[in-house]
Amino acid sequence: MSWNELLLQVFRVITLQDYNTRMVMLGTGLLGAASGVIGVFLLLRKRALLGDAISHATLPGVCIAFLIGVASGGSGKSMPLLLSGAAITGLLGGLAILGLRQFRRIKEDAALGIVLSIFFGLGILLLTLIQQIPEGHAAGLEGFIYGKTASMVAEDAVLIASVTGCVLLVALLLYRPMQLLCFDEGYAASQGWPVFWLDGLLMSLVVAITIVGLQAVGLIMIIALLVVPAAASRFWTHQLPKMLPLSAALATFSCLVGATISAIAPRVPSGAAIVLIAVATFLVSLFFGNVRGIYWSWRRHWRLRQSYDREHLLRDMYELVELEREQDKSGKMGPTDVSISIEVIERHRQWSHGHMMRALYRLQFQGLMLFHDEGRARFTASGFKEAARLTYDHRLWELYLMKYADVDPLRVDRSADDTEHALDPEIMESLKVMLDKEWNGKVPPSPHPLESVSSEGGKR
Amino acid sequence: MNESLPPFQFYWELDGWIILAGILCAASASLLGSFLVLRRMSMLGDAISHAVLPGLAAAFLLTGSRQSSLMFIGAIVVGVLTSWLTQWTKQIGKVDEGAAIGVVFTGLFALGLVMIVRSADSVDLDPGCVLYGSIELTPLDRYRFGSWEIPRAVLTMAFVLAVNVVFVVTCYRQLKITSFDPALADSLGISSKVMHYLLAALVAMTAVASFESVGNILVVAMLIVPPAAAALLTERLSRMLVVSVVMGIVATIAGHFGAITVPRIWGYSSVSTAGGMTIAAGALLILTILFAPKTGLLSSVGKKWLWGVRVNGEDILALLYRQEERGEAGATAESLSKQLLLPRRNLWFYRWLLGIRNYVRVEKSDWKLTEKGRMAAQDLVRSHRLWENYFASEVGLTNEQLHPPAERLEHFTGSQIRKQLFEHGPSQEVDPHGKPIPPERDKPS
Repeated sequence: MSWNELLLQVFRVITLQDYNTRMVMLGTGLLGAASGVIGVFLLLRKRALLGDAISHATLPGVCIAFLIGVASGGSGKSMPLLLSGAAITGLLGGLAILGLRQFRRIKEDAALGIVLSIFFGLGILLLTLIQQIPEGHAAGLEGFIYGKTASMVAEDAVLIASVTGCVLLVALLLYRPMQLLCFDEGYAASQGWPVFWLDGLLMSLVVAITIVGLQAVGLIMIIALLVVPAAASRFWTHQLPKMLPLSAALATFSCLVGATISAIAPRVPSGAAIVLIAVATFLVSLFFGNVRGIYWSWRRHWRLRQSYDREHLLRDMYELVELEREQDKSGKMGPTDVSISIEVIERHRQWSHGHMMRALYRLQFQGLMLFHDEGRARFTASGFKEAARLTYDHRLWELYLMKYADVDPLRVDRSADDTEHALDPEIMESLKVMLDKEWNGKVPPSPHPLESVSSEGGKR
Repeated sequence: MNESLPPFQFYWELDGWIILAGILCAASASLLGSFLVLRRMSMLGDAISHAVLPGLAAAFLLTGSRQSSLMFIGAIVVGVLTSWLTQWTKQIGKVDEGAAIGVVFTGLFALGLVMIVRSADSVDLDPGCVLYGSIELTPLDRYRFGSWEIPRAVLTMAFVLAVNVVFVVTCYRQLKITSFDPALADSLGISSKVMHYLLAALVAMTAVASFESVGNILVVAMLIVPPAAAALLTERLSRMLVVSVVMGIVATIAGHFGAITVPRIWGYSSVSTAGGMTIAAGALLILTILFAPKTGLLSSVGKKWLWGVRVNGEDILALLYRQEERGEAGATAESLSKQLLLPRRNLWFYRWLLGIRNYVRVEKSDWKLTEKGRMAAQDLVRSHRLWENYFASEVGLTNEQLHPPAERLEHFTGSQIRKQLFEHGPSQEVDPHGKPIPPERDKPS
């Protein structure tokens, strides 16, 4: 396919020129919106995989409906009959989950798994029974109701539209009790809401969506639509009123983009495309969601580490420069004249060379330090000022720890190192008032003996 | 429907191997499943059964062959990946376990589907045919060892079971602590993370090996249902493991026999054995729910019923004692029914019960206490009146309020409590209504 043709095709799909594309977009989009909303309630109720359990629980219903259809003389493959059979066992499965939850020892996930496996086992058993019926054109019975997005027709879209409309309406009408149910079951019960029936209602909504979705788009996709957008929206907000539309929007977006891709690219099943887009939105949310996204916490952590490194490096330099200047008899050596071997600091901090160089280059970039080729570094004027400020704070804090927290003078350096980064300016101000009686803001001498490091290498 | 069904026969050669393969699968799955159920990861088995698709597709695309060993390796890799990705999503994104499982397995399945449809267009790669074995076909594919012929599925599952048993036995303590209290485990130097990932990897291996040899539905069910039933029966982990394995084995045997015999009643030949085993496991769970000694529905109903019977019987005795005390004539069923508000039709039962325990004698529809009955009734009435004394003096209830609590408590009061009440009570001969308190008997009956 040339670029021209591709663009033309994209244009055709996006402008919904084909009847089929229109129906698929409409149907999956509506389905996405409804399952996005219900999915949020399920997620908060810790029943995210309810769709999974219920969709498996529909299989025996389909088989029984088929058997009934054959027994009453038909072919058995009547869609309303099969769908109502699916709905009945789906509901029974939901009720069984609620019933199992009454036992303290059976947890939510076990209840879902029990219903899923037993109902599905029954379905498999009935399928092998159906295969023995001579007049049963049982072949493809599973495929008959499980998924055919590409060939969606107007009737399907109308069915989906009406069901999803009802589901959304019920969910919005019962917003308040559903919210209570999700966040605090006990409180909801104490307010007089019938918790069991609300759970049952939520379950019925899931059954409705699952049945429609199974038939329209397939098993895995309906499970994904009930789980993934809701889980993704959790990374962007903590508030239910925002989470509901966000989840619905993410789900609809996934459906529309997925369906578009499927319509453009040859041989990409639309169900799979929709799921993959949904998972992609989940990953984006997981990393960049503004409330819980892990990128932001990584970045915070990284920045914090950087500022620690900066403060440590500047102070170490200051103390080394201070020593050098004390040893200098002439007293002419200015603070920016002394150069220090960076190896000494590396050894003192137990940093790797790369770590040291990254920290050093950042300081050089900030104009606080100069780095020479011989592996030695010097302060700039502003760097010395900043380092003096940091050292002043550090020593005041050390004094405080020694005086009021009884920290051993030989260990106070390490204790101060660990905690000083969390001190804010107000605390420093009061420390100054408390302790700085004689130095008037000049850097006080170190309250503990400094490690005697000479610039030639020295010892710890 | 097949009218000329051949007569039912059981072939050790075939059915024996099928049952053995089922037992091995059920035992290995229930063993690990107990820990999954405790850690609330029950849905992992089902998730893996869907998620292995990209592993199959990748193995196929890389090697271009449909050889089952390569598919098997691909599936195991993706199975382990599924459980690890789930853990990762859960921990790093702080997502609910169920949601994490849902995101991972639907995503992987969709990926596999796209890989297959996009690339393997000329070859029909149906996961249903390639990976998912069927337990009924177990005896057909055999390895020969000298004069022995052992089905491959049995060998595979025996290996899996052995690995699982070794894992659970050697890491029992670590598994136990990390399942119940991960924080404690970490503080004891046992990495809960490592145990978690190891367990998840073994579950993936068990699941994939089972898909390939006995089909997916069996292992998904056996990972959850027997352990959940065992959890209702016992609180000790060691017993839970044993009970769930035994239940899995029982379900397997019952399920196979059920699947090959029951449908014959309606004139069908045998149905899916795996389905039958699943249903049998479900039936075991339902039986447990009904009859478990502590948590069972019927046992709690039964306990309530037995208690009711005891209280009613004691009330009858006490009533007869009071009538004797007042010198009234023996009571009839009619008068008892009226005074105790017991339905008339229930009294024959108490007549029989108290009769065979030799508490009550009935002469011409006249109920009379026996010596043994009088002694029991004496204790009850003494308890009742001592309680009335206590409530009057210590609690300060009025005379009208005394009866109901005493009536309830008399059924729970033994000689020890009577002694204490006696020592604390104000009057030691009469109750607040002025009725005499019968003396304590020397020996409690």
